[in-house]
Amino acid sequence: MTIALARVLGLNRSKPSGRYLYRCCITFVAIVVLIAVFAPWLAPHNPNAVDLSDALAGPGRSHLLGVDADGRDTLSRLIIGARTSLLGPLGVTVLSTVAGVIIGVASAWYGGWVDSLLSRTSELLFAFPGLLLAILIVAIYGEGLLAPVVALGAAYLPYVSRLTRSLVLTEKKRPYVEACRIQGQSSLQIAMMHVLPNVAPVVLAQSTINFGYALIDLAGLSFLGLGVPPLTPDWGAMVFDGESAIQQGYPLSAFVPCIAIILTVVAFNVVGEHWADRVARREPQ
Amino acid sequence: MILTLLVASFVIFGCMYLAPGNPVSFLLSGRAANPANMQVLDAEYHLNEPFIEQYARWLGQVLHGNLGRSIEYRSSVDSLLAQRLPNTLLLVAMSLVIVLVAGLALGWLSAIRGGRTDGTILVATTVAVGTPSFVAAIILQAIFAVKLGWLPAGGTGTGFPQLAEHLILPAIALSLYLIGLLARVTRSAMLEVMEEEHVTVARSRGVPERTVVWRHVFRNSLVTVLTMSGLIISTLVVCTVLVEDAFSVNGIGSLLDLSTTTKDFPVVQAISLIFITGFMVVNFAVDLLLPVVDPRVTLGERNDAA
Amino acid sequence: MTILDISNLTLTLPDTARPVLSNVSLSIGETETVALVGESGSGKTLTARSVIRLLPHGARVTGTVKVAGQDVLTMDARTLTTLRVSTAAMIFQDPRASINPLRRIGDFLTETIRARDKAVEMLARVGLPVSTAAQYPGALSGGMLQRVMIAATLMGDPKLILADEPTTALDVTTQAEVIALLTDLKPSLLFVTHDLGLASAISDRVYVMYAGRIVETGTADDLFSNPRHPYTRALLNSSPRIDGPARRLTAIDGYPPDLRTPLTGCPFAPRCPLATAICTEQEPQPVNHVACHHA
Repeated sequence: MTIALARVLGLNRSKPSGRYLYRCCITFVAIVVLIAVFAPWLAPHNPNAVDLSDALAGPGRSHLLGVDADGRDTLSRLIIGARTSLLGPLGVTVLSTVAGVIIGVASAWYGGWVDSLLSRTSELLFAFPGLLLAILIVAIYGEGLLAPVVALGAAYLPYVSRLTRSLVLTEKKRPYVEACRIQGQSSLQIAMMHVLPNVAPVVLAQSTINFGYALIDLAGLSFLGLGVPPLTPDWGAMVFDGESAIQQGYPLSAFVPCIAIILTVVAFNVVGEHWADRVARREPQ
Repeated sequence: MILTLLVASFVIFGCMYLAPGNPVSFLLSGRAANPANMQVLDAEYHLNEPFIEQYARWLGQVLHGNLGRSIEYRSSVDSLLAQRLPNTLLLVAMSLVIVLVAGLALGWLSAIRGGRTDGTILVATTVAVGTPSFVAAIILQAIFAVKLGWLPAGGTGTGFPQLAEHLILPAIALSLYLIGLLARVTRSAMLEVMEEEHVTVARSRGVPERTVVWRHVFRNSLVTVLTMSGLIISTLVVCTVLVEDAFSVNGIGSLLDLSTTTKDFPVVQAISLIFITGFMVVNFAVDLLLPVVDPRVTLGERNDAA
Repeated sequence: MTILDISNLTLTLPDTARPVLSNVSLSIGETETVALVGESGSGKTLTARSVIRLLPHGARVTGTVKVAGQDVLTMDARTLTTLRVSTAAMIFQDPRASINPLRRIGDFLTETIRARDKAVEMLARVGLPVSTAAQYPGALSGGMLQRVMIAATLMGDPKLILADEPTTALDVTTQAEVIALLTDLKPSLLFVTHDLGLASAISDRVYVMYAGRIVETGTADDLFSNPRHPYTRALLNSSPRIDGPARRLTAIDGYPPDLRTPLTGCPFAPRCPLATAICTEQEPQPVNHVACHHA
């Protein structure tokens, strides 16, 4: 009882610094998104403009972050690259979340053979790690972002559907669902108006974290040269291009996209985890 | 599990029919349709036969150890894999050890010491979880190989000791993300167990703190760790594709990358199948071990809240 | 010889407006069974836990808690460990939560004293078969697990056993068995419970606690037949009795005082039928073992 007492009085470790970190990260996320949206207006140079005389130059007035091995301005590539690097994960997240929620809700709501069928199929998808599925798809369809995005969306789907399913199962047991049903509301109404809003925060928090995973996977694909077409600037591809620069001792053009990736993923992770924490704290233990 | 494997192999085999155009042109993918190539295709796939028979034949071959022939190299996939397999195996083994030791140790320290140690480790693991393996590879390569020259920047060297040396940086790159993940999971598992009543009871009985932490807190957290190990191993294996590429290591991962780029589909199929089979076996082993570590779980049950 | 002597124990937790325990004094002699009765939040569990110095983080204590003559609150860690192993042992309320579900019963019993044969002996002592040692807690019922806990406390041959509501989590028939077992033991017993009837039935003396203070104490018979403090009376009236005529149960109006609000005067005053002005101004000091202005 004393332990419960300590919790009620908030005597457990509370992290005031956590809130500061969260604010930083969500600001960073906002900035990155804005950069991606307004990229063409923000980039100082044409990202594909080649100027071999200037290759591998360090940071200077006209090239704030230096120049890569092919003479292209790193900063411009970074800014334009933000578009592709964020668009892909966005597609993956939207796809996996929408499909996952639908499947999870259907599974939990109808139960029975629907549940069995859908759960089995999801379990199957669990067997394929995201990157592997993406590589397989790329082997078939070749270049282009659409195929890997669909593949990754499918690979992440079971995580979302499983989470949604267990959340909806818990919600279903709550008295208000029965109350609504007695009042004559249809299943669809109950699902959309009551259950979904209650389930949404957790799912959204998870999806935010999934965004980070998708970014990592897609960047990895680009690094292998398997994702985006060759001339599109993309952070993963920039790392790949930077490899030769490293060998020559000028790592900057490779480090810049690396740091961009790390910071963006970390920011999304922190935000997602914070949201998940907030929801967890709202729930009565 | 067998069913899942079967379906997975079906998907892997059948997906070549998803490709635009007919399977022949897909498998050739720009190579000449000369008799030599056609012979390989025919012997391999028997494309004139109905789909199910093709699949059955392919599956039969696989089960007999014949993984097909590479169109690009025209040699059997087995021989291609044979020289590369040891490299990847060693890489994965090294990484697994690093992940387990570092991850568990950091998680322990974080949970037990608390305070500033916890804070520092949390920051480190947050960054680690945001670092994809290829990014880690590039950074490590740039700093430790090119700049400082402490370790080789790529390749595999000759002989075992050189191989091990060449694989140090790749192994670290491969493990970094997972160390962060495992450390956090261990930390939260241990923190949760520490709040449980039986820990307080053990202390109240005079059991020395060290024993309490080891026998109760850590031991009970291992359940969560074991559940994660399937994920850890599958991530390790898949990411070898990235890391082997970055460090120019001749392994199965880089072969997968290579064959995808050159559209050498039989090799892609074979490696995908091997990977998936590997994952299933690991998951199966984890399921078997779970009741040993946690007597509350009976065989056949699954922990839904993983 | 007094085996337990708590003297003016006051315990304050951080961020609270009043102490959780206030001037608690309690003593137990050799082979005596003493009950500590109160409702949830009265501080009875904390009092029991302080005997083996199982205090929450940040707790500030004054007063003394002497077990077999030594002050537990000021001992060094090593002496404390010896105390916990072989002088005073505690039985917790929920046996299923108190035993590590991932380890065998035998391992649990021999954690402190590494003597397998003694563990077997203790299992027999509490009426459990030898085979229990090889089982996991999941395979045993609540009643059996509580017996295991009792066996565990006996491992160190303690002089004092602290039982914190040992039967609350069990069904009635099992309760009786466990109580019978407990009362059969030789060491002194501090029996913490919210059930005044049960307390009076099995113990020699009873202490009644409210809001962290001892409000009345006396022999079991005295307290049961002639309660002097209004709270004790209310407690008796609110529990069903098999003897005597059927009557309505009277619940006690109101709630125990919150820890976040400061307290002046008698803590029971807001709920007391006898309360007058003096009750809210002055805290009643124990006179003749009762702390009440109107006893």
